[in-house]
Amino acid sequence: MTETEFLLWVRGPALQIATIVFVLGIVARILQMVMLGRKANLAEARGSALAGGLRTMVTRSVPDKGTFQRSTFTIVSGYIFHIGLFVTIFLFAPHILLVDEVFGLSWPALPTPVVDATAVVTIITLLAVLIHRLKDPVMRFLSGFSDYLVWLVTFLPLLTGYIAFHRIGLSPTMLIALHILSVELLMVLFPFTKLMHTFSLFIARYYNGAIAGYKGVHS
Amino acid sequence: MSGPSLEKGLAAFREQIDAPVAAFFNSCMHCGMCADACLFYTETKDPTRTPIYKLEPLRKVWQQEYTFWGRSMKALGMSKPVTDEELGQWEELVYDSCTLCGRCSMVCPVGNDIAYMIRKMREGMAAAGHAPDGLIGATKRAVTIGSPMGVKLPALQAQIRHIEEDTGLEIPLDREGVDYMCLLSSMEIMNFPEYTAALAKIFHQAGVTWTISSEAFEATNSGIQIGVSEIAAELVQRIVDAAEKLKVKAVISPECGHAYMAIRWEGPNLVGKPFDFKVVHILEVLDELREQGRLKITGKEMQRLTYHDPCQIARRGGVLEQPRRLLDMIADDFVEMPEAGVMNWCCGAGGGVSSNERADDLRLKVFNRKKEQLDAVQAEGLVSACANCRIHLEEGLEEYHMDLPVLSLTETIAEHLAEDKS
Ligand code: SF4
Ligand code: SF4
Repeated sequence: MTETEFLLWVRGPALQIATIVFVLGIVARILQMVMLGRKANLAEARGSALAGGLRTMVTRSVPDKGTFQRSTFTIVSGYIFHIGLFVTIFLFAPHILLVDEVFGLSWPALPTPVVDATAVVTIITLLAVLIHRLKDPVMRFLSGFSDYLVWLVTFLPLLTGYIAFHRIGLSPTMLIALHILSVELLMVLFPFTKLMHTFSLFIARYYNGAIAGYKGVHS
Repeated sequence: MSGPSLEKGLAAFREQIDAPVAAFFNSCMHCGMCADACLFYTETKDPTRTPIYKLEPLRKVWQQEYTFWGRSMKALGMSKPVTDEELGQWEELVYDSCTLCGRCSMVCPVGNDIAYMIRKMREGMAAAGHAPDGLIGATKRAVTIGSPMGVKLPALQAQIRHIEEDTGLEIPLDREGVDYMCLLSSMEIMNFPEYTAALAKIFHQAGVTWTISSEAFEATNSGIQIGVSEIAAELVQRIVDAAEKLKVKAVISPECGHAYMAIRWEGPNLVGKPFDFKVVHILEVLDELREQGRLKITGKEMQRLTYHDPCQIARRGGVLEQPRRLLDMIADDFVEMPEAGVMNWCCGAGGGVSSNERADDLRLKVFNRKKEQLDAVQAEGLVSACANCRIHLEEGLEEYHMDLPVLSLTETIAEHLAEDKS
């Protein structure tokens, strides 16, 4: 297989398979979760479960003061790399162009140097996050294979993207093919790993807020 | 009824797994933040006491039986099923090291209600025979005698006689058609008769009609703490029957945190139907009387007071503003501890921990969290609204050589009632 054939395969059949697994997998996993249902609450409500659930979906993004002081690194690094991922994935001009080609949707991009700098910051932060996970007694104790796998498949697209953009080492064709491949790996593993938290955390927060809201508590 | 077994435990786990549980387990990123939210971790620095880790056996069952990946691995024989031994090892984490305080549930960034799951996990632990002896004993006494501490009706009647002599007021037993039926915790009957006396004084002044049922006076519910819903339901049913028999408008949950959770929030769900009467916490009743101008107060507490929110009343129960408004009425110098209210730190003895002698040292150790919170405000009096918290707070303060009186809010209000002029 030549480099061009490899790129064509990566951009063609491989991407199709990855997209199907990604989309169907996510939908199936969410259904699998939500369809377990929960019992109706027969106690007299003091507040609204719906309002509480919706509120917590948003408010849980901001920690309380004491928690911020106790988990400062986790929170700050978490913010940085999540925002960094968002910026590099969705506000990078070539990515938007790709979405435009496939779906006919487009939105303004950030200037490329800004995205480039964000990528560097995000890569460094993700490395720091990994070191933190390996060093912090609690995180190290809790973490297993899947936690590191999830870290790796999140990190790889960022790294390969950065290398491809700066054309380091291999040919541009090969670099872009590897970048797309790393994204496909992420997509295929997404529904079967904790990467699902991207979606399920809103469901979790909803339930948390609804359970508390029903009792008149803001959680 | 045959005895407990691993199969029953796992079956109970399956029964407990619902959409929230699946969403919670699925979302956990092992960030470790819940550890710093839990006094059992912060005061021991033992990673096994990280809240989410306490649920590991339940998580395994979910993972192996409720996810594609887990099911495939299981089908291929590549996963290790949960063993009886494993559940045995978790007993100390699920019961001794968790008060169901729910603080972790407020902190988890993905929104996991961990306390909700630990409550559920206890159902499986108890069914598998891995509940602490202390709690098993308390639960047996609750079913056979009617009180986890073995308090029988004659003991209550004796107390009532004393209180009537002291106060010159009647404590109405089994009176039909009154507004309120008051529940008491065994601890109040045995250790704090002043609470019942306070009720008598306040209700007398405010003109509230009330009664205590001789058939269902116990407010606590060991069935919930140990995690046996059938027993919990039986205990709730006794109260429902008594309330219906006496045709009261509402049942008052006393100064006890988990009793309020049990009767107010879990009760109707345990017996499977909504109640025909209301359930209110005594602080809600007092605050309502205050609002209606029916609490006539004289004088204020001059020493610097602070308030300990019992977890099941505040964070898990929703009674947060009432105690503050009431304190405002009787306290001249009231000060909030850091993180008071929904983020308050548990005293360390709730959720059945105080009935479990094995956890005695641990609960006193983790009291250090409360100590630090108290140190920050230099209070001269600590007010609370839970007899269980109160006993443990007193013990903890003594252990840490802190000279601080622990006061019941209801009793303190009763002490400040204006003399009846009529
Ligand atoms: S805080 Fe939430 S996401 Fe983090 S380890 Fe605990 S349960 Fe998991
Ligand atoms: S409910 Fe309270 S005691 Fe239990 S794990 Fe959570 S923070 Fe710890």
